[in-house]
Amino acid sequence: MSSKEAILNRIKKNRPSSTIDLPNTDILHTKYRDKDKKFAMTLKSVGGKAIWLEDNKSVDEFIAENYRDLDIIVSTYSTHNIDTPHLLENVDLAVIKGEFAVAENGAVWIKNPKNRHRALYFLATRLLIIVDKNSICDTMHEAYKLIDFSRAGYGVFISGPSKTADIEQALVIGAHGAIEVCVLFV
Amino acid sequence: MGHSEKASKFVANSERMHWHDKALWFVREKRDLAAHQLDEWEELRRVASEIKSHTMDRLDYYLEEFEKNAKQKGLHIHWARDAREHNEIVLNLLLAHGAKRVVKSKSMLTEECHLNPFLEKNNIEIVDTDLGERIVQLRREAPSHIVLPAIHLKKEEVGKTFEEFLNTQKDNCDPTYLTREARKHLREKFLTADASITGVNFAIAQTGGVVVCTNEGNADIGTSLPKLHIASMGIEKIIPRLEDLSIFTRLLARSATGQPITTYTSHFHAPIEGGELHIIIVDNGRSDILSNSDFKESLHCIRCGACLNTCPVYRRSGGYSYGYIIPGPIGSTLGASRDLQANKTLPFACTLCASCSNVCPSKIGLHNQLYKHRQNVVKAGLLGAKKRAILKVTAWVMKHPLLFDFMGLVVRKIVPILPRSIVYSKANVWGRNRELPKFPKKSFKELYKERIK
Ligand code: SF4
Repeated sequence: MSSKEAILNRIKKNRPSSTIDLPNTDILHTKYRDKDKKFAMTLKSVGGKAIWLEDNKSVDEFIAENYRDLDIIVSTYSTHNIDTPHLLENVDLAVIKGEFAVAENGAVWIKNPKNRHRALYFLATRLLIIVDKNSICDTMHEAYKLIDFSRAGYGVFISGPSKTADIEQALVIGAHGAIEVCVLFV
Repeated sequence: MGHSEKASKFVANSERMHWHDKALWFVREKRDLAAHQLDEWEELRRVASEIKSHTMDRLDYYLEEFEKNAKQKGLHIHWARDAREHNEIVLNLLLAHGAKRVVKSKSMLTEECHLNPFLEKNNIEIVDTDLGERIVQLRREAPSHIVLPAIHLKKEEVGKTFEEFLNTQKDNCDPTYLTREARKHLREKFLTADASITGVNFAIAQTGGVVVCTNEGNADIGTSLPKLHIASMGIEKIIPRLEDLSIFTRLLARSATGQPITTYTSHFHAPIEGGELHIIIVDNGRSDILSNSDFKESLHCIRCGACLNTCPVYRRSGGYSYGYIIPGPIGSTLGASRDLQANKTLPFACTLCASCSNVCPSKIGLHNQLYKHRQNVVKAGLLGAKKRAILKVTAWVMKHPLLFDFMGLVVRKIVPILPRSIVYSKANVWGRNRELPKFPKKSFKELYKERIK
């Protein structure tokens, strides 16, 4: 008997026979009157910042103004001719696209099949995540309605910079991943 | 050695005990703040608990669904009956890929399987990459908490450890400095790793993918560089639908540390370019717990650690006093289910205050389970001789009301006039760190009778 069969047989023998129905996950839940504000506040509380791009400005101008001193800036689209993710080791700023933002927890959903190396999200010292300003949802209930994994792929919620409190509960920003995270709404 | 003997070592240093207690209470308070911000908190717990119950009742079905869908996405699935088989699978995968250096992110399951020593014996370098885990790994210790592995250590101790292994500045124990040094040290490990191993927070039957939650991003960096990713999961990590995550991601981090969500919530439904993702589904005693209606709910655990943080016993006795891989209330019930003989003192490391059951996001009746385990300890004849004798005498006295009244009277009269050396003699374990209350003149029964006259 294979291990799979052995395990499944044991489970079949041992599991209770009564079955309660799968509950509805779409429960009555918190909504925010001002989602922009809630998102910005929450992101700030977890160490990141949210900025709304001024109407007359482009993303390029924003980057030029705010990240002037950085050497290596890589965007998702420029990863296609990089052969191994290890080459992204010293990226100072990664400019990436976020699909939508979640007001309750300051997270942004990132899933981009065009990005060749997901390592970009984690190796870069700073992240600039560009998100459509009309795509902030209240909670994870709305968020998961927007996510689809019918096909293979990788996606991640990122909420602020990488952090740890493993040394005496002292919060330190920048454990392994980004030390700075800015969500730019356009 | 039982829990209380091990705990007595920890409490011997009262300053450290209080420090530990406070550190964890601080985390518990953050959890409360986060939970109270949501009106639907109790609803979330109810739904989480129902999803888990439903899934456990049909676990075989969902595991097969998961396997089918994961395979369709090109992921590889392995099944392991026990720890030994799990470790063999890992080793064989590593050998097949010529992997010598492995980075691992936090996984209580691999702790349970004692994977690290096994791989080291087979000449594979395995590096824990969660900062807390790396600290205890360098010190050759086990994690003392399931979410905060190094919570028992002071920064000076961490500083010393880093001085020894990472060549950090002498006596510099600033957490930011130490974390930055660890970042450099571990970056190098990530960039030179041949394979990565992670745990699994949730495995989605419907989509055939797994979800891993971290704050540091170690699982995420670790899996995005080397070509081989091995994810180990217990059979109970399955959830039926993608949308179930809307419930669990709202509960997990709030319960664990009071954050609204972990910094990274990675959804793996594909390996990296040119890579392979292997998922090992491990039983290792879990299916036995399923058959016991008293304890099967312990499989609903999402390893948030809230029950540890709130437990008055855990906070004051530390993770190592339990002598089981998972400490605290959830560890006590899991340990007792696994091996009652070896863990017979754990169900008693509990005041039955029920705080654990109240904070548990999946609504596990932890204190009820510990109470039931106690009864099983007694039934199995595993109670110590002294405790058994005391219980016998107490039960006998309580069954004889007149005798009970009389003894109460004698104690009330005699104890106050006895010399301290007798009352607080060695036999009075309770009085070692405590003072007896002042004895009243009359018993409750006497007072009550006077009242209703
Ligand atoms: S038993 Fe409940 S509170 Fe304890 S770690 Fe598991 S999920 Fe969290």
